[in-house]
Amino acid sequence: MFAALGDETRMRLVARLCEGGPLSITRLTAGSKMSRQAVTKHLAALSQAGLVRSDRAGRERIWRLETKRLVEAGRYLSAISEQWDAALERLRRLVETEP
Amino acid sequence: MTTSTDRLEKSILLRAPLERVWSAISDAKQFGSWFGVEFEGGFAAGTPTFGEITSTTVDAEVAKSQQRYTGLRFEFVIDRMEPMRLFSFRWHPFAIEPGVDYSSEPMTLVALELEEVPGGTMLRITESGFDSIPLARRADAFSANEEGWETQARLLEQYVALAAT
Repeated sequence: MFAALGDETRMRLVARLCEGGPLSITRLTAGSKMSRQAVTKHLAALSQAGLVRSDRAGRERIWRLETKRLVEAGRYLSAISEQWDAALERLRRLVETEP
Repeated sequence: MTTSTDRLEKSILLRAPLERVWSAISDAKQFGSWFGVEFEGGFAAGTPTFGEITSTTVDAEVAKSQQRYTGLRFEFVIDRMEPMRLFSFRWHPFAIEPGVDYSSEPMTLVALELEEVPGGTMLRITESGFDSIPLARRADAFSANEEGWETQARLLEQYVALAAT
């Protein structure tokens, strides 16, 4: 799953959103070494990919996970891996059955 | 198989002589027959070549599942060809969504390495460069498959909760 996120900071943000439910940037940044600016940047990237979304609540934005999209992103590498397995099985049949 | 965020790695022991395996992976026609692609030209190091997805001739069942992609065109950029040892190329990994232009996205590098071992030939495949594939592409790539995502989502939540502690 985390492989799909490709970045440790994003992985931590997703983990915090998953654990702590919808959170504001202030809450997401609290108690971590990440700057507000860095968090904002990563949330923007995740949001652009449709992996998180935000709603305005008063003066703040509240961020939440798009769980379904995250699962799809997580399937990416394993799906490619399965495609290779199938292709290699066909290669095996080709080279092992022909003289 | 081992996985990192950036690469996939696989090994398979093929009970066939080194020369046989080399020709199956380095000859465009033979490569195409198991991979399910018909190439417009041969493979040459440092040269791009285009292929069209065909139905594989090796496996009827797979041929059936490939049918919806038949005719899709994609690019292989051949990287290195070292006879009996290494064949590598760049591509857009399983870029099989109809109507999507992948050309502006980064390619991954696939290396097929051969080694003669007792009983046959060891083939090692490494595909690397996944870290530069856009997140949206990863999420889009297999979104057509809805099956069981709710179960997956629950597993994900458990997994993430565990990782966060």
